[in-house]
Amino acid sequence: MTEFIIIMLVKMFVIFGAVMLTMTYITLAERKILGYMQIRPGPNRVGPWGLLQPIADGIKLFLKEDIIPDKASKVVFVIAPAMALIPAVMTLAVIPFGPAVTIMGRQVDVYMADVNIGILYIFAVSSIGVYGIVLAGWSSESKYSLLGGLRSSAQMISYELSMGFALVGVIMMSQSLSMVKIIEAQKGVWFIVPQFFGFIIYITAAIAELNRTPFDLPEGESELVAGYFTEYSSMKYAMFMLGEYINIISVSGIVTTLYLGGWSGPILPPLAWFMIKLLAVVFFMIWVRATYPRFRYDQLMTFGWKVLLPASIANILLTPVFMKIFGYL
Amino acid sequence: MINYLPILALFVLAIAFAFGTILLSHLIGPKNSYKEKLSPYECGMPPVGNTRERFPIKFYIIAMLFIIFDIEGVFMIPWAVVFKRLGMFGFIEMAVFIAILLIGLAYVWKKGALEWE
Repeated sequence: MTEFIIIMLVKMFVIFGAVMLTMTYITLAERKILGYMQIRPGPNRVGPWGLLQPIADGIKLFLKEDIIPDKASKVVFVIAPAMALIPAVMTLAVIPFGPAVTIMGRQVDVYMADVNIGILYIFAVSSIGVYGIVLAGWSSESKYSLLGGLRSSAQMISYELSMGFALVGVIMMSQSLSMVKIIEAQKGVWFIVPQFFGFIIYITAAIAELNRTPFDLPEGESELVAGYFTEYSSMKYAMFMLGEYINIISVSGIVTTLYLGGWSGPILPPLAWFMIKLLAVVFFMIWVRATYPRFRYDQLMTFGWKVLLPASIANILLTPVFMKIFGYL
Repeated sequence: MINYLPILALFVLAIAFAFGTILLSHLIGPKNSYKEKLSPYECGMPPVGNTRERFPIKFYIIAMLFIIFDIEGVFMIPWAVVFKRLGMFGFIEMAVFIAILLIGLAYVWKKGALEWE
């Protein structure tokens, strides 16, 4: 029992630390990639090739003045950024980074927990993130924040539906909700092939859930300044950014697990395969950001309810056909 | 239940990290506030009117529709897990359920609840 707890705690700190480090460097990678896609070098002053930039950013944010507006509902104003971060961190618990490896003569899984409701847990926890955003918008007592929070919550709940329906296709094929079992079910062919439409729907809805371009209306800086976090400064502002980028990692991890065969792959160790696929999905999201302009809000809602939702329901009805074609039935 | 222990541990860590860093940066950061800095940001102008204004009813309708469709989605997940065992009968059963769902969507669509003008 003690051994179990020690292994658990060590795993927790290692995964948390690794994700934090990856996350900070994804912020740099994003700025660099966006820069090169726009034919400019991006951040390159702090350290060689700008490699110390994320650390400098972190220190700067940490040392800034923490402003709590006069009119704000103080308690909610402080809790809201934490509520945006906590669900993001909690989804990491069930993401299967790799299978069991032997460390010091012990079999240790490279994931924290394999619960039999894995995917349902992720879905439940990640939808709590919307509370952080809507409360931040509401408690700031600023018009930009309120509008940003409202828009964001409406957008997130709309696209969550399509996301949930897209998952049903994967569950039908894997016959399990456990993340590890879903990876094992992809031994033959990755689910991106028989669930191609589901994959497209899922990744579109996921980008909308993350409030990223082309669905970043809640933060539409040309109309709402910064949306729901207009009034936030210092580390409270950083919490939203941390939450967003950890969510990018966990969503990429989920896409990797559900559609890209998880840790499976030849020659390289499983953990390396998982990270390669995960970072490829992250790169794809940055690429999308560099490519597409922002939607208009009515287009966004129309797209979510009139295109993506019917498409995801059609995907459920078509899944048995694909299962027949690929020999799952 | 032992499977869920890591999740609880991570929850504690997440809370400690979130509030810990917020508190620490609050203590370390400079404190130099005055009335203008603490007023809501409105592009440099003095804030006009009340923030708790009325907002479009559209948002309320969307939230209501979300609850209905989300519950339907939750019904589909256990069905999907045992989909193979249920066979053809289960599929037709779910097709009928989805058809009712789609009638609901068509009604909402026709009523114009999904229009954003």
